[in-house]
Amino acid sequence: MEMTGAQMVIEAMKLEGVDTVFGYPGGAIMNVYDEMYKQKDFKHILTRHEQAAVHAAEGYARSTGKVGVAFVTSGPGFTNAVTGLATAYMDSIPLVVISGQVPITLIGTDAFQEIDATGISRSCTKHNYLVRSASELPLILKEAFYIASSGRPGPVHVDIPKDVTAELAKFDYPTRVDIPTYRPTTKGNVRQIKKAAEAICKAKRPVFYLGGGIIHSGSADLVREFVKATQIPAVETLMARGTLRHDDPLLLGMVGMHGTYQANMAMSEADLMIALGPRFDDRVTGKLSEFAKHAKIIHVDIDPSSIGKLVDVDYPIVGDLKEVLEVMIPKVKEQVDPDRYQPWREILKRYNEIHPLGYEDSDKVIKPQWVIERVGELLGEDAVISTDVGQHQMWTAQFYPFTFPRQFITSGGLGTMGFGFPAAMGVKRARPEKISVNFTGDGSILMNIQELVTAVESRLPVINIILNNHYLGMVRQWQTFFYEKRYAETDLSFQPDFVRLAEACGGIGYRVETKDEFDEALKDAVEKGVVAMIDVVVDRNENVLPMVPSGGTLYNMMLEFKD
Amino acid sequence: MKVERRIISVIVQNEHSVLARITGLFAARGYNIEALTVAPIPESDMSRLTIETRGNVRVIEQIIKQLHKLIPTYKVIEHEEMIEKEMVMMKFPINESLSSIQALCQAYNGGIANVSSQHIITMVADEPKRVKHFIEAAQRFHPVEIVRGGVVAMERE
Ligand SMILES: Cc1ncc(C[n+]2csc(CCOP(=O)(O)OP(=O)(O)O)c2C)c(N)n1
Ligand SMILES: [Mg+2]
Repeated sequence: MEMTGAQMVIEAMKLEGVDTVFGYPGGAIMNVYDEMYKQKDFKHILTRHEQAAVHAAEGYARSTGKVGVAFVTSGPGFTNAVTGLATAYMDSIPLVVISGQVPITLIGTDAFQEIDATGISRSCTKHNYLVRSASELPLILKEAFYIASSGRPGPVHVDIPKDVTAELAKFDYPTRVDIPTYRPTTKGNVRQIKKAAEAICKAKRPVFYLGGGIIHSGSADLVREFVKATQIPAVETLMARGTLRHDDPLLLGMVGMHGTYQANMAMSEADLMIALGPRFDDRVTGKLSEFAKHAKIIHVDIDPSSIGKLVDVDYPIVGDLKEVLEVMIPKVKEQVDPDRYQPWREILKRYNEIHPLGYEDSDKVIKPQWVIERVGELLGEDAVISTDVGQHQMWTAQFYPFTFPRQFITSGGLGTMGFGFPAAMGVKRARPEKISVNFTGDGSILMNIQELVTAVESRLPVINIILNNHYLGMVRQWQTFFYEKRYAETDLSFQPDFVRLAEACGGIGYRVETKDEFDEALKDAVEKGVVAMIDVVVDRNENVLPMVPSGGTLYNMMLEFKD
Repeated sequence: MKVERRIISVIVQNEHSVLARITGLFAARGYNIEALTVAPIPESDMSRLTIETRGNVRVIEQIIKQLHKLIPTYKVIEHEEMIEKEMVMMKFPINESLSSIQALCQAYNGGIANVSSQHIITMVADEPKRVKHFIEAAQRFHPVEIVRGGVVAMERE
C-alpha cells in the first residue's frame, strides 16, 4: 500500500501496539501530527516541555517494560528532548523518540530550526537514524522498536525530515527483523554457568549483588527463588530496588554510597560475589582497588562491554539473565547446602545490629524519612513511587517498603533533576490502577513544574510530595561535610507558594507542617484522585547516612555526622 | 598496566555516519586513534576499517567490546599477530640524486611514482616499522612533503 511517511509513522505505532505517545508539535513534525489527528488508536499526551515528554515516556517504559514513545519537532524541540534521551540511555530504558527535521533539501544549509540531531543523539542513544526516504521508513521504524527493546535495552532516536513525511512510498511493515550486525547473545555459556554454580556451592561468604538488569530482563521472580533456595544474603543497587521484598530476611538493603552498613560490609568481606545485572557503578563500588578485595566475582550481563569494564571478573557470563538463571538455579539447587552460609549470615546480622539503618524521629519537626515510611504504611504496594534527584531520592530508596519490581522509578545513572514528575505521569498513564506518587525536592520540582498543566489536563493524578528542606539538600550536605559549610548557592529559602502554584494550574495543594496534617493531606489527595502537591516542611539539616564519601572505600562509612 | 600498540580491524555495514559512530566512540571515551584506514569491501555492502590504537589491556578490551556494541558492526578482528602494511608517499626536489632515491625506495619495496619538472614523488609500501626507517633514511634527500597512508592489516591464517 502506498502512503506518506507521516502515515507510515502512525501505522507503525498501531502495529507496534503503542497506546500512548507523549510529545510536542512544531513545524518539522506537523505532517505527522496531522495524520495522528485523524486516528483514534492511540492517545497523544501534550506535555508542556519536550524534556517532560521523554521523561513521561520513560515513566511509561520503566513501569511496564514496554517501549515508551515520544514525538518532538526539529531544532529546539529536539535539543529539549536530549536530557530525556541521556537519562534513558544511562539507565537502559527502551524508548523510541521521533523528531522532525528540516527537509532533506535544506539539511546542511543552517535552515530555520535545523540542528544536527543525530550528531547530538549519537552519544546518548543506543542507536539512531536519519531517514532519507519514505521507502526506508518502515524498516527503520521496525528496527527502532526492536533495537530499543532487545538485548540491553535503550533509547533509539529516529530523525525524519519534513519532506520525507510528505513523500509517498510503499508501506510494507516487516513482521520480523533480522539485523546481521546485531545479534545479542542471550544464552549463557553452559560450561561457565556450571563453574559458577560450583563456586557458589563451595563459597563460605557469598553475596548476591543485584542490579537493574534483573528488572529489565523480568527475572525478579527467578532471583527471589534463587535467594530463597540458597539462603544467600543479597544487596540491591538503586536500580534493582523491588527485586526482593523489603521484608525478605535475606535482603541486606541498598549497597553503595548511601547503602546500609551490613550491605556494604557484606560486599567488602564476601569471598564470592554473584553479580546479576549490575554495572559496578562508581556510586556502588567506591574506591575500586578496595572493592570486593576478598571476593571471586561471577558477573552475568547481556552486555559484554559491561563485564570486566571496571573490575576483573572470575566467572564472566554473557547472556540474558532470565535464560542464564533458568540454567543456573537448578544446577545450584542440586548441590547447595544453605546451612553452610549460616555463620556468614550471623556475622551480617551482627553488623546490622551494631549499625541498623535508621534516623532519629522528632516531635518538633517532620523528618523526611518519616514521611517516606508513612507513605509506605499508608499506600504500600498500592503505589508506584517515582523520585527526583537529591537527598529525598536516597531516603526514598532507603526507607520505602518496596514489594515488587518496577515499583521504584528513578533516574539512577544520569541523576536528572526534573525527572520525577513527568515520569510519574507516564507511570499513571501506564498503570492507572496504581497510585502514582512522586517524592521530590523543593529544587527538583521546579525543573518541570509546568507539567502541572499537563497532568491536570490529561487527568493524570500524580501525588507530588515535596520534602521541602529549603535547600538543594544533597549539594548542601556535601558542602556541610566537605566544604566547611560554605553554602554556595544552595539555600532555597526564597520559594514559590507551592499550594497556590498547584491550584493555579487546576490541581490541589497542601502545606504540611505536622504529622497529622500529612496524614490528612495524603488521604485527601488519594480520595480526591486529582493532581496534588503536598508541600511538607521537613528538617532542613537532615543528612543522608550512612555515606561513603566519593572515592572512599565501602567499609569506611560515615555513620553519623556531629557538628 | 602496560600501554600497548594494537591493530584492530572492524567490518561494518556500509551506511552513512558509521565512521562518525566509530570515531565518536573513541573521542567520547578518550581513546586514541593513531591511524585509521577505511575502504569498502568489494562486492558487499560492508566496509573494512583498520585502526591503530594504544592502550593498556583493559582499555583495548573495552575498545573491542564497544566497537562490537555498535549496531552496524559486523565483526571486530584483533590479533597479536597481523600482517601489517603501510604506504607512504614522499616528494623530493628534482635536484636530488634520482638514482640514489630510486635505490633507497627499492630497498623498501617501493619506487618512483612520478617525476615532474621540479619534483620526484616516490612511494613505498612496507611494514610500519620499515616505513619509519625509510622515512628516516630519506631525510638526507630533503623531502618537501610526506604523506603516510595509515596501516592496513590482515590475519595470517
Ligand atoms: C539537572 C540537574 N542539575 C543539577 C544537579 C545536581 N544536584 C544533585 S542533587 C541536587 C539538589 C536537589 O535539591 P532538591 O530537589 O531540593 O532535593 P534535596 O536534595 O533537597 O532532597 C542538585 C542541585 C542534578 N542532579 N541535576
Ligand atoms: Mg531540597
